[in-house]
Amino acid sequence: MNSLTVAALLLVFLGLAYQQGWSLSRRLATPEGRLHSRPAYHGSLVAIWTVAPALLILALWALFGNTASRAFIIANLPAELADQPASVIEPAIQRVRQIASGFGVAGDVQPYETAAGQALRQFQVIMSATVLAAAAAFAALSLYFARRRVALRLQARNEVERLVGYLLLACSAVAVLTTLGIVLSLVFEAARFFTFVSPADFFFGTVWNPRFSTTGAGSGQYGLLPLLWGTVMVAAIAMFVALPIGLMTAIYLSQYARPRVRNFVKPVIEILAGIPTIVYGFFALVTVGPFLASAGAAVGIDIRATSALTAGIVMGIMIIPFISSLSDDILRQVPRAMIDGSIGLGATRSETIKRVVLPAALPGIVGAFLLAVSRAIGETMIVVLAAGNSPFLRANPGEPISTVTVTIVNQLTGDQDFASPQSLVAFALGLTLFVMTLFLNMAALYIVRRFREQYE
Amino acid sequence: MTHNQETDTAAMNMSTSQFIEDQVTGSSRQLNEMKTRVTARDVNVFYGAKQALFDVSVNVPDKSVIAFIGPSGCGKSTFLRCLNRMNDTIEGCRVEGEIRLDGQDVYDPKIDVVELRARVGMVFQKPNPFPKSIFENVAYGPKIHGLASNKTDLEEIVVTSLKKASLFEEVKDRLHEPGTGLSGGQQQRLCIARAIAVSPEVILMDEPCSALDPIATAKIEELIDELRANFTIAIVTHSMQQAARVSQRTAFFHLGVLVEEGPTEQIFTAPSDKRTQDYVTGRFG
Amino acid sequence: MTDTFSKTTDVPQETEARLERIRTGLAKRHAREKRFRLYGVLAIAAALAFVAILFAMILSKGLPAFQQASLSLPVTFSEELIEVDPKPVREAGQSAADFQAASLRWQRDVTLINWNRVLENAVRTIAPDVEIETRDLQSIIDNGERFKLRDAFVADPSILGRAIQMDVLASADVDNWLKGNINRDLPDAQQQLSADARALADRLYEEGHIRMAFAWHIFTNTDSRSAPASAGLAGAFMGSLYMMLVVIVLAVPIGVASAIYLEEFAPKNRLTDLIEVNINNLAAVPSIVFGLLGAAVFINYFRLPLSAPIVGGLVLTLMTLPTIIIATRSALRAVPPSLRQAALGLGASKTQTVFHHVLPVTYPGILTATIIGVAQALGETAPLLLIGMNAFVAAVPGSPFEQSTALPVQIFLWQGNENRNFFEARTSAAIIVLLALMISLNAIAIFLRSRLERRR
Repeated sequence: MNSLTVAALLLVFLGLAYQQGWSLSRRLATPEGRLHSRPAYHGSLVAIWTVAPALLILALWALFGNTASRAFIIANLPAELADQPASVIEPAIQRVRQIASGFGVAGDVQPYETAAGQALRQFQVIMSATVLAAAAAFAALSLYFARRRVALRLQARNEVERLVGYLLLACSAVAVLTTLGIVLSLVFEAARFFTFVSPADFFFGTVWNPRFSTTGAGSGQYGLLPLLWGTVMVAAIAMFVALPIGLMTAIYLSQYARPRVRNFVKPVIEILAGIPTIVYGFFALVTVGPFLASAGAAVGIDIRATSALTAGIVMGIMIIPFISSLSDDILRQVPRAMIDGSIGLGATRSETIKRVVLPAALPGIVGAFLLAVSRAIGETMIVVLAAGNSPFLRANPGEPISTVTVTIVNQLTGDQDFASPQSLVAFALGLTLFVMTLFLNMAALYIVRRFREQYE
Repeated sequence: MTHNQETDTAAMNMSTSQFIEDQVTGSSRQLNEMKTRVTARDVNVFYGAKQALFDVSVNVPDKSVIAFIGPSGCGKSTFLRCLNRMNDTIEGCRVEGEIRLDGQDVYDPKIDVVELRARVGMVFQKPNPFPKSIFENVAYGPKIHGLASNKTDLEEIVVTSLKKASLFEEVKDRLHEPGTGLSGGQQQRLCIARAIAVSPEVILMDEPCSALDPIATAKIEELIDELRANFTIAIVTHSMQQAARVSQRTAFFHLGVLVEEGPTEQIFTAPSDKRTQDYVTGRFG
Repeated sequence: MTDTFSKTTDVPQETEARLERIRTGLAKRHAREKRFRLYGVLAIAAALAFVAILFAMILSKGLPAFQQASLSLPVTFSEELIEVDPKPVREAGQSAADFQAASLRWQRDVTLINWNRVLENAVRTIAPDVEIETRDLQSIIDNGERFKLRDAFVADPSILGRAIQMDVLASADVDNWLKGNINRDLPDAQQQLSADARALADRLYEEGHIRMAFAWHIFTNTDSRSAPASAGLAGAFMGSLYMMLVVIVLAVPIGVASAIYLEEFAPKNRLTDLIEVNINNLAAVPSIVFGLLGAAVFINYFRLPLSAPIVGGLVLTLMTLPTIIIATRSALRAVPPSLRQAALGLGASKTQTVFHHVLPVTYPGILTATIIGVAQALGETAPLLLIGMNAFVAAVPGSPFEQSTALPVQIFLWQGNENRNFFEARTSAAIIVLLALMISLNAIAIFLRSRLERRR
């Protein structure tokens, strides 16, 4: 009985129930008594009520069937085998399953294996028959009741629509649940981390040296400050690159450029926004880093190929389209009348932009800036590849640094035990990152929203 | 009303254009005793391929108010915006013909539009104060043009301009509060003060009262009448009553054509063109 | 600005003085205007230059990798070297498992044959006069190519004793050498290949036995550590494909449903506000935080398999959900209210109005939203690292539950390979494939969008 057949059967049931509700309601309709809802709604309602319980039973079986059959196999194995560790018992279970499926196993078959296999086979047959019968019975029963409900005055359409409404609401809840899941998992795992390391040592520590879990738990130092410093430095360099270029691009495109120039330049710059960050990381590592290093050498400054500067500049390039398209949107919302007012007084274009347009758009641009900063501190792949992964408090941007995001990746991708502080610290770092970006986003969204309302 | 309709009717109007020409020259004879500030000759305006104005010729006399009236889309605002070249900011807009300010061709490529607009100020349909304080709004023009030598100078210009715009009494205690916080009528007077602050010779007003309530409108109209002593004013208006109240001369536009121009009283009491008569008596518009 | 209003006209004295003041500042103001414009042009030029440099770098590095050195050899399957039992056939009464075991045993025997010797002999037949040590000779052929011979024999054992012309990949070092990726003047000690091997490679290249052939295996092979020259993207591609399927199946319906709920049905109350703020924030949460969510919830709590595309797909679904919701909402918002009023006015219910009249109009918008979301998910790397998708996987995953990697993660893994000379190009080639996929996704979207819009 494979899942395809079950699905086909369900569809047949669905169609049958729909047809039942449809034809039943049609027969009820007389010239004197009109149906409240069209037959299609009666059909849908009957179909939903018929299939939903059966689906529920099948879903439960899909979730727990495996656990049940596993428990059954273990119960049928000799007692001395059942007590063995997982490395012995798992292959044994696998063998029993293969015998039951008729595929057979390589090597000699033990009598208890054959017995367990046959028992499992019977169990499977009985169970799937039971489940299917239960599902079918429930479907039939609910079909019966659903049919009985069909009546002239039954508000089938309203009921179907209410069910659809609940479904839509449930879908919107997914996003809320995601946030909840993020907050809970970060807080919960971070709390576990703080049982190893005190929050004060974490938030105010100046040394980052977590060691490895094999050298003993809790022996490392988990100071957040070097990572935070690296994050802030890279983000600052990125904004230093992205803000002037992005903002001037937006100003030119929104205030000066002819439509034809605009229609060419805007999408080309937005290509930058669509490029995956791993590609930027590679670009930083292979092109920008060596270029900066040799440029630095040419003027006598020591710049490392992987450094805060490399990562920051490339991140800035990545953020240009972000700033330029957000600012462009905002600058274009400044009312034309205001610009005309300034031009009409004899101001030049640039005077108008500097003295009227930018002040008017300032809140929106600040919002865009904050969103860009939030994006810069949360960016991972560029810094993983190009920042050098060196968690020390250093002021020189030509030196390698490490960031919060890099460290999250490092701590969770090794072969560390998940319950060790070395792994759990990633969640404390994640929580820090989440809170930082949350504040930036909230502030930015609030400011931008206020700005939009002002000109709407 | 679209430009399309205007082009469709263009041919129909061709025969009458000669007639209008005569009218304009005829009426300009009566102007002899008045000095002319702005003269327009055979102005044609195109938006892309569509023509919005056809051979408009008009004289704007010094220290008086001229009103441009006509149904919406007739080209009156377009013509007004030609006078200080605000149409330059519109993509695809082309102006032909000759407009002279004190004898100087406004569309001469050697002319600096910045200087032109400092001489020909403008007030717009919707009050559009800048998101700055009341003081800064008025000081904006003098500042960008460098008209004030020092702070006291600037303050004097601001106060005088606000006084001329009859706004000073209402706002003297809150000069440093945002101009956007004023009422609609006050905002519009602030915009007038802002235009006055540059001491232009000509002020163009593009339906300055269309967004205001009757009381605010009355105040602006009163103000316009006062300003006539020092400025040459051209006003576009939708309301014939307003034109009758504030202007000395009136020009009637229809479908991109200047139908008739003359002393306001004559236009409203004894128009020589059938279309003008239909419009002022409310047959269309 | 030389000529201004002439003074011959009758301008009053005071006006003249005022104009004089204005004129004195004009030159400076116009210069400032020009400078400001220039900044704008420069900013745009910089942004466009970044796009150009990025693409030039990736294309120049990556395109040569699609041509790879390959040897054409007359391979003799000689009976002296290939000594194995005949291929087993399934006998009557033999269980499937036993036959499988026998086949595997035979294949293992076949694998143990010294295929390298077979290859060596083949090279010696085309260059009979060259004296070269076996080790050096073998270093010119990719390590994995002997399995090509094995596979040919397993597929058709009758080739025993015959000579067959076969194409095998030259080793990565030979590829580097012939493409000039390695400085030819370096001393022997710094060369990957011995002097003899280099001479042999040069000679075979000149004689045409080695030629540059299109590297189809980049698309058909999986990743390989022992045989870098034959490493390909097939596994990563399938991994990404499965994840995108998960994203499309889950994120699009859920996202569209939530957008419909929020835009059309949700009452204006605090809860709706909360959902809205929450979705906007979720859209700006750093992607790595979603990786942490996946690691804590899907891997650690629900015990879903590590490195599986299903988990990656789930994480990416949650990540792209806000994007799809926001884009779909703006598409719904763009539908004129008159359409809704018209439908409602004819007596359609709210649900009917939305699903029959409003939603069909927004199909192009939803399509664009989907593509934006999927493209974003396709290029995402950081969260996948945290759920173990950076594991080395040498097989094409057969289902979303099997171990796999993904295209961007493969790029990450390849850029870190020790054989920089070879893998820099290979990484760029992988980037080209990834970008090409994203561009074609967008092209399809534009095409479908224009068709959908024309139909209306």
